[in-house]
Amino acid sequence: MKTKERYSAGSTVLSCFFVLLCAVWIVPIFEVIINSFKSNNFVNLDAFALPNAESFVGWDNYVKGMTFGNYPFLKSVSYSFIITVLSVFLILLFTSMSAWYIARVNNRFSKGFYYLCLFSMIVPFQMVMFTLSFTADQLKLNTPFTIPVVYLGFGAGLAIFMFVGFIKGLPLEIEEAAAIDGCSPVQTFFLVVLPMLKPTLISVGILQTMWIWNDYLLPYLVLDRTKYMTIPIHVQYLKGSYGTVDLGATMAVIMMSIIPIIIVYMFCQKHIIKGVAAGAVKG
Amino acid sequence: MKKKSVKNDNSTVNSLLVRRPIQRWFPLFILPTFLCFIIGFIWPFAQGIYLSFCTFNTPKDATWVGVQNYVKAVTDPGFTNAFWNTAKFAVVSIILINVLAFSIAYALTQKMRGANLFRTVFFMPNLIGGVVLGYIWSMIFDAILKQYNTYLTANAKYGFWGLVILVAWQQIGYMMIIYIAGLQAVPGDMLEAAKIDGANGWQTLFRVIIPNVMPSITICTFLTLTNSFKLFDQNMALTGGAPEIMAQGAKIKMTELLALNIYSTYNINKNWHGVAQAKAVVFFILVAVLAIAQQAATRSKEVQQ
Repeated sequence: MKTKERYSAGSTVLSCFFVLLCAVWIVPIFEVIINSFKSNNFVNLDAFALPNAESFVGWDNYVKGMTFGNYPFLKSVSYSFIITVLSVFLILLFTSMSAWYIARVNNRFSKGFYYLCLFSMIVPFQMVMFTLSFTADQLKLNTPFTIPVVYLGFGAGLAIFMFVGFIKGLPLEIEEAAAIDGCSPVQTFFLVVLPMLKPTLISVGILQTMWIWNDYLLPYLVLDRTKYMTIPIHVQYLKGSYGTVDLGATMAVIMMSIIPIIIVYMFCQKHIIKGVAAGAVKG
Repeated sequence: MKKKSVKNDNSTVNSLLVRRPIQRWFPLFILPTFLCFIIGFIWPFAQGIYLSFCTFNTPKDATWVGVQNYVKAVTDPGFTNAFWNTAKFAVVSIILINVLAFSIAYALTQKMRGANLFRTVFFMPNLIGGVVLGYIWSMIFDAILKQYNTYLTANAKYGFWGLVILVAWQQIGYMMIIYIAGLQAVPGDMLEAAKIDGANGWQTLFRVIIPNVMPSITICTFLTLTNSFKLFDQNMALTGGAPEIMAQGAKIKMTELLALNIYSTYNINKNWHGVAQAKAVVFFILVAVLAIAQQAATRSKEVQQ
């Protein structure tokens, strides 16, 4: 592939084709944008029409969307944010610690735990969802501040698998040197091992963030729904609980839930794509 | 072989310098994760298996009924319908997603203007949650079908192919990233050698490139297989299983996949809680067997390097 230095004519044709394909690819997002500025009747009439003087309602849908469904949208956003940040932090901290133990202490417990983690990766959520919601209810894990415990438990499998794979490839000599220099295991882990784990921390962090931020069923079953909603629950609630849905306002809510994702994606695009590739190759 | 012997040497030193001190810190390093793992996975899993043999409203009032739930589960026409839907859906989406993702990845790894931008665009739908995607696409499909005086949930075919399109749109970018990583790892001298030996484009593709990206193909077919079996959010948000028909004395939701069927079975009434859990166990065994079989089948085709 390195032999061709200049772009050939064929590659220009291919580029043009891909420009068209990409245009098709973003049509759904474009649809959401234009319909979020139209009044409900006009969305129903023709969702593909661009807003015109008659159908354009400015920011009305967004203002309406903020309090739509008798639940402030920003409240859902903040709960989604709290749950995601806390859960990802807990998962990164505790599973990397456990993975180091598993990788370096080669006893029966380590092996057993590791195989259980692998096993948990192929178990679909439906298998545990009813019983998990009972357990979480009994242990009062049904608030945004305690649900991260559930995420740590259910997400531990993939994280430990990825960390163990990476740690096994790290040279032991560094940790031995740290031990000889008088580091306790806690110091060795946080000052020596953790900095070396950075690439895997990023991959695991990205994969778990994508999962938890967009997760619908787990928080829906576990959280106390009368008090707490996350963004996916909020969107589902808007669509599900009314006979006639205000599509314009729903599209505005959807737009507001997509915008933060797209902004983050634009800034961390490289890390996200790399993280996904690295994560998948190990899986 | 060499690598292995080095590892063994290390592990003897390991136990003295690194292993012993870590073991003393067991409560800090292992316990938090392990306790959460018990709460979030092991206990619900074990209890789930037990409750699949019971009738229950909550786990406290469970009464043992034996395999009755399983009999009800596998004879439920809604469940068998959901199974065939899922199987068809899995086959179609595995082929469609992998062929398209591989083709796009192959094109983007050639020298091409704007390849990075295209990659960014194709990957983007992955970041949007399934529920949101379902509503976006249901609006679009309804708008298209309106021109033919019909709507998405009028016909099970629309719902099925709509779901295929939605999932393809969402997952092609993800699989593309994995294929790109695989294609970039194909050794350049191998391609050069093929060229010198006079291989044409197709020969190079099928004899050199594809055998070398077999690990990526294994991963992607595995991911698309398990994703399509576990699909829930998109299915719920796009059609919710509609349209519904009456057959064999039971309501059947025509576009329901397995995961959604299990969920809705639970909500029928409390006599069906046990049946829903039994369905979940059947579902779990199905996913596990498929995942293991798929791994065995494609791993054997990988090139040893």
